[in-house]
Amino acid sequence: MIPVGPLELGIAGFLVLLTGICAHLLRLGISRSIAIAAVRTVAQLLLIGLVLKALFASTNAVFIGLLSLLMLAIAGREVLARQHRRLKGWWGYGIGTTSMFLSSFTVTILALQVIIAPDPWYTPQYAIPLLGMLLGNTMTGVSLGLDRLTEGAWERRGVIEARLMLGEDWNEAIGNIRRQSIRSGIMPIINSMAAAGVVSLPGMMTGQILAGASPVHAVNYQILIMFLISAGTLLGTMGAVWMGSRRLFDHRQRLRLDRLHRP
Amino acid sequence: MSLLRIEQLRPCIFRKTLSFELESGESIGLTGASGCGKSLLLRAIVDLDEHEGEVLLDEVPRADFSAPEWRRTVGLLPPESRWWKESAGAHLRTPETAPLDALGLEPSILKQAIAELSSGERQRLALARLLANNQPRVLLLDEPTANLDALNTQRIEALVAAYRHDTGAGIIWVSHDLAQLQRVSDRQYRIEAGKLHAIEEPGQ
Repeated sequence: MIPVGPLELGIAGFLVLLTGICAHLLRLGISRSIAIAAVRTVAQLLLIGLVLKALFASTNAVFIGLLSLLMLAIAGREVLARQHRRLKGWWGYGIGTTSMFLSSFTVTILALQVIIAPDPWYTPQYAIPLLGMLLGNTMTGVSLGLDRLTEGAWERRGVIEARLMLGEDWNEAIGNIRRQSIRSGIMPIINSMAAAGVVSLPGMMTGQILAGASPVHAVNYQILIMFLISAGTLLGTMGAVWMGSRRLFDHRQRLRLDRLHRP
Repeated sequence: MSLLRIEQLRPCIFRKTLSFELESGESIGLTGASGCGKSLLLRAIVDLDEHEGEVLLDEVPRADFSAPEWRRTVGLLPPESRWWKESAGAHLRTPETAPLDALGLEPSILKQAIAELSSGERQRLALARLLANNQPRVLLLDEPTANLDALNTQRIEALVAAYRHDTGAGIIWVSHDLAQLQRVSDRQYRIEAGKLHAIEEPGQ
């Protein structure tokens, strides 16, 4: 593979700088966000590069486990940060993080043990990128789903309460909103599965091809990843939206919007 | 034995607790300034908000009913009707039992899209939906005729009176119109500073 060094990165960085300047001139109010995001990309990726380098050299199960949990904790924080009206207390963080843990970790472990089966199964070259891709996509699904759920419950509380007043249980009363929330959570992954290879060349596959792998080999891996991601996202989004919707009602099946933060 | 007994109920904005009883076939009228808590009181009875106090039906505490069961038995008609399916008919479990005729509505209205109905039609349909779906034993009416003309107001009053007579249901009727309350209820109260004051003389 042709290596990319500081000079090449500098040229690409110049494009980001131009974007930032344009955004500033057009008064889009996002130049600051662009700058922060670009700096975060550089810092986070350099850091993870170093961490992975150390990790790959050792194959220490405890170290890999800790890194996985750290990734989960950060994904949980990101989910929380994207909620317009998030659940109060630990619930806001807990629901997103628990559902991502259950879905991403289960699917990753299944893939490592049964499908890819490296030796040992937690070999970091496989485990960490796989978990990262799953967490990243599940995170999108979970945050979209939860955001849509809490926003929908807020906007349509009149309908939810009218349904409760007519004697429906909480599950029926919020059923429509919950279905819509799950749909919007998994829509991005359905879109990317449908567009894969036709509209877009997925990043992982592109990376493998750039690194010199045969396209057929890269494509097989990409299909595997896509399937894992869609299963993980669906599981995670359904879990999070279901737990979130349950939390919106108390033991007497009253709609408890006071459990949401004001935006 | 009273049908509905309200004991030490305190909806969230009330400073004092309220206690009263409703007999089978009896109707109570409630009035009071806007924001005095009439709607909150009804919401507390059907258990939509957190509050202190106890409500008993036939001396059975509310906690012995599941929440949906309680709300089907003690039915609240809110001032604004809400709809979530395409047509009115889709909201009715047994459309043939809906008292449409008594409310001056044609059966064909059930096939129409909700968006095509006037607010008055929706308001009347909401009462039909509540009665037909649940046959509540206690009916809590929150300004059921607020936006209706005289004829339709009269239809609602007559329908509720017939329902009360036929089923022995208890009624709590909230309205700003004291003359209406005197037509439709046996006792009238005014809510003031979180307390119930009996209205003794007609027209007071």
